[in-house]
Amino acid sequence: MTSAAPAKTEYEAIIGLETHCQLNTETKIFSRESTRFDGDNPNTNISPICLGYPGVLPVLNEKVLEYAVKAGLALNCQIAPYSKFDRKQYFYPDLPKNYQISQFDLPIAEHGWVEIEIVEKPNTEPIRKKIGVTRLHMEEDAGKLTHGGSDRIDGSTYSLVDFNRAGIPLVEIVSEPDLRSGKEAAEYAQEIRRIMLYLGISDGKMNEGSLRCDVNISVRPVGQKEFGTKVEIKNMNSFSAIQKAIDYEIERQIEAIGKGEPIYQETRLWEEGTQRTKSMRMKEGSSDYRYFPEPDLPPIEVSTEQLESWKAELPELPLSKRHRYQSELGLSAYDTRVLTDDRTVAEYFEAAIAAGGDTKQVANWVMGDLAAYANSNNLKIAETELKPEILAELICLISEGTISGKIAKEILPELSTKGGSAKALVEKKGLIQISDTGEIEKIIDEVIASHPKELEQFRDGKTKLKGFFVGQVMKKTSGRADPKLTNQLLSKKLQG
Amino acid sequence: MTIDREEVKKVANLARLNITEAEEEAFTTQLNSILGYFDQLSELDTTDVQPTTRAIETSNITRADELTPFPDKEELLKAAPEQQGEFFRVPKIISSDEG
Repeated sequence: MTSAAPAKTEYEAIIGLETHCQLNTETKIFSRESTRFDGDNPNTNISPICLGYPGVLPVLNEKVLEYAVKAGLALNCQIAPYSKFDRKQYFYPDLPKNYQISQFDLPIAEHGWVEIEIVEKPNTEPIRKKIGVTRLHMEEDAGKLTHGGSDRIDGSTYSLVDFNRAGIPLVEIVSEPDLRSGKEAAEYAQEIRRIMLYLGISDGKMNEGSLRCDVNISVRPVGQKEFGTKVEIKNMNSFSAIQKAIDYEIERQIEAIGKGEPIYQETRLWEEGTQRTKSMRMKEGSSDYRYFPEPDLPPIEVSTEQLESWKAELPELPLSKRHRYQSELGLSAYDTRVLTDDRTVAEYFEAAIAAGGDTKQVANWVMGDLAAYANSNNLKIAETELKPEILAELICLISEGTISGKIAKEILPELSTKGGSAKALVEKKGLIQISDTGEIEKIIDEVIASHPKELEQFRDGKTKLKGFFVGQVMKKTSGRADPKLTNQLLSKKLQG
Repeated sequence: MTIDREEVKKVANLARLNITEAEEEAFTTQLNSILGYFDQLSELDTTDVQPTTRAIETSNITRADELTPFPDKEELLKAAPEQQGEFFRVPKIISSDEG
């Protein structure tokens, strides 16, 4: 026996996310030009208002308020009866006014939560966890910089500014520091995105920057009450990057503490190339934003009637669908996750069930053959010509024994491309299953008669050849023979 | 409440203002006299008074989400000190005081 190794300190990570979602309104938050993403034509969607030229008056886009309130409701927040905008002062060339119109002490929504569900593997119980949402507020986006003379800011001699993005409406969603791992954080971010897409208020494209996550992260020994020094990580443009950046950063901080090195309060950038976080700058004491109320924008008072009418417009949200699919429809957590990830898929699934399709069968078709067909044709399931009622019809044709599952799979591409009734197609093509015992027996007799050698081998113990005979029957009937019945009858006949 | 020269220097730095020592001195005096006036106002009991953020009682001014692009983008670009093609051009960025 060797002596016990010194007890290793266990650490836990404390993680919070700040998520910025661009709202997909037609026009900017305070001015009337387009929000369209157009990186090729800089400074086309600009006006004196979003550039902050003297003498202009910003006016709030009513859709921004509606979307922010709906997002707040969907995140289980309390909607503020009285809310206002503030100026956040900082100096950076992507911010034309030298202040950002944001919300400080009276955000539109506070005190919410989202539930995340982590499904490790099919057929396992999911892990569910509630993550607090501190607040959600409205603000304007900044412009975009290109650095000249170098591809990095360090070596550049000047910068070019495109203000197309300046003034695009954002909601910033701040989570409580309730997350403990990269996986949880990535799942939380995905759930936020899912909710925004269900609401139809954002396109959620991380690669185009319409969904951006900044991470705050610190580690501390398990059991310690005080938080460790907080580090901010930026620049992750996928969910897997969020997860990897956090896991890397947890390791880095634990290692530094183990070596007795200090953790600096700083901003670090995730580098996709090296898969590391890299220090960007120290947070200075000077990030004093000197917020004050925005004098150009009057406060917002959301009336109870308005709130109720917006609430009534909310769709069923992913969380509710997940719970319902599992408890009422008896689907596994894994299937539920696949079916509810995209609202249009979930609605397709539900419509097919409503049209009489068996739940489990519809789920299998939607996640299996239909998803495969849609993917390979670059379509969404709801965009295929196979309407949910027809999928239900197809499934009923199988369960009634009119066609085999194999035939159904074969005609799926045609139904998905051309549309129309499944039954009509089956009849037109003469694909109706042969379930008549006499008819199948006749075919089996013919097959056996024309393959005496195989029959002999079979009877000599090469029972694997049964598959060969099944194949021959199917070939003769163009796959229309009822497979179950064919199997039974063949067994008898082959035994002799 | 009074402020000293250090505070004046800090505020100037936050506003990215370069001020001379003589200005520091002058602004310290001036700002203190302004703050002194506010001290007078603070003598009033405002315990139950909501903070006033605006002089006119109004709320919920919004507009419809309808596109009306600004017609003369070139004019906007020209108003900037420097431009390059379709871009606004700014000098070398030295401090990353991003929000």
